[in-house]
Amino acid sequence: MAKTALQFRHNGRDVAIFVDGGVNLLLALRELIGDMTPKFGCGQGGCGACSVLIDGELHLSCLTLAETVAGRSVETLESMKDGPNLHPLQRAFADNFAAQCGYCTPGMLMAAKALLDRNPQPSRAEVVEAISGNICRCTGYEPIINAVLAASASRARA
Amino acid sequence: MTRHHGRGIASINYPIGMNLGGDPSQALVHSNPSGKFTVALSSIDLGQGMKSVTRQICAETLGVPVEDVYVDTADSDTGPHCMGSFASRGTHRVGNAVMAAAREARGVMMEAAAEELEVNAADLETDGRGNIHVKGAPHRSISTKDVAIAAQFKQGRTISGRGIFLVPLSDVDPETGEMSPATCYAHACLVAEVEVDDETGEVSMVRMDSAYELGRALNPRLVEQQLVGGAWMGVSHALYETTEPYYPNPAHGPRDFVDYLMPGPGNICPHDIAVLERPAADGPFGAKGPGEMCANPVLPAVANAIFNAVGVRIDELPITPEKVLRAIKAQGGARPQPRR
Ligand code: FES
Ligand code: FES
Repeated sequence: MAKTALQFRHNGRDVAIFVDGGVNLLLALRELIGDMTPKFGCGQGGCGACSVLIDGELHLSCLTLAETVAGRSVETLESMKDGPNLHPLQRAFADNFAAQCGYCTPGMLMAAKALLDRNPQPSRAEVVEAISGNICRCTGYEPIINAVLAASASRARA
Repeated sequence: MTRHHGRGIASINYPIGMNLGGDPSQALVHSNPSGKFTVALSSIDLGQGMKSVTRQICAETLGVPVEDVYVDTADSDTGPHCMGSFASRGTHRVGNAVMAAAREARGVMMEAAAEELEVNAADLETDGRGNIHVKGAPHRSISTKDVAIAAQFKQGRTISGRGIFLVPLSDVDPETGEMSPATCYAHACLVAEVEVDDETGEVSMVRMDSAYELGRALNPRLVEQQLVGGAWMGVSHALYETTEPYYPNPAHGPRDFVDYLMPGPGNICPHDIAVLERPAADGPFGAKGPGEMCANPVLPAVANAIFNAVGVRIDELPITPEKVLRAIKAQGGARPQPRR
């Protein structure tokens, strides 16, 4: 099958890859760009583990055709790290024991970032709503909700 | 349509580990020339905290800072044998094995230090900050790093230790059939409050209150994380998830997260947890194991709460809206039970 040339911004950097028609963004990120932070949970929109931001908006990368991000900006969990420094959300996740196996964590962090970017002081119900497309097997969600609220509170103090 | 409120309670007596032919785990501890220690295990950490808790146990036993211990659980082909991470056995079985291995390694470390300081090993103690000194004379001191270097490059000694913890197979008394399947029991009690919709059969969680007696909590935050998360695995087994919805007929099994239901963030409710610490005589530093039992009392408590709410007794899991509705119809309507 013919490959298509695809250019987009990946975590602030311009990238160019060749993709097969019909390839989804999750696969393109993991296998062609080597960014393993978006996780493959189900490949069909049921778990949220593959969540990324496209032009600042939350999307499931497994349901996004790679070709549709041409010229756009894609942010993954990888963009949160700043050398050895944790992003305030990552810090809050660690402090609140919001990860056990960690498989849902990249998707949770992206969903939380999308929320706090547009609503820095969310209510508890808004946090629940924001992560409601993400499944977690281990934590019972409570520590994750608390972590997002803590990150929002620490941002308010800063 | 009415939403009926119900409350149910359940208590459990939970044996730590299993005993179907003995239940061993091994651990190996050795020092590196940097003065850091490596614990080799085959006991996999799936996020429960096995690495953290064995690291703490090793550091405490060796008398070195926790930062100086690295736990490697990477490979069950090359690591020492372990029965596995299940039955809440990790902290208890593997922790005991690590403790034994660390004790042996500490013995060698103290011998090596004694040789360097030209004193008797029995006169030495660790300060927990990476130094070994003569009791009552802290200035006669050597760092664990210098001891490791001396052992490796001068004395030709391996600072290492082996540990195994085995609960032997319990014999069955031929007369009475009595046996002792476990050496250590944890306990829990949980009260679940639910709401049952008598038109849809849907059950929602209102709140949970629980108490867990689990020996010494070696890492209280990890214990709390297990109890909070594990309770929702219990709720999920009680109300949502199954691989065989029409068991024993395998048809209509779920193939994805759309069919295989689990609670989402919108389904959770407040859960108040009390942890009671009664150190176990044969546990490492008194620990039992909070693992699997964090989910166990939830299922019967939820089933009891549903009975209390609408008077139907469902004994097949998960307790789906379909089962609740059929049972309510069969008895001619909801029959709320008295609250005691
Ligand atoms: S992998 Fe994309 S939603 Fe599950
Ligand atoms: S931490 Fe394991 S799935 Fe969320």
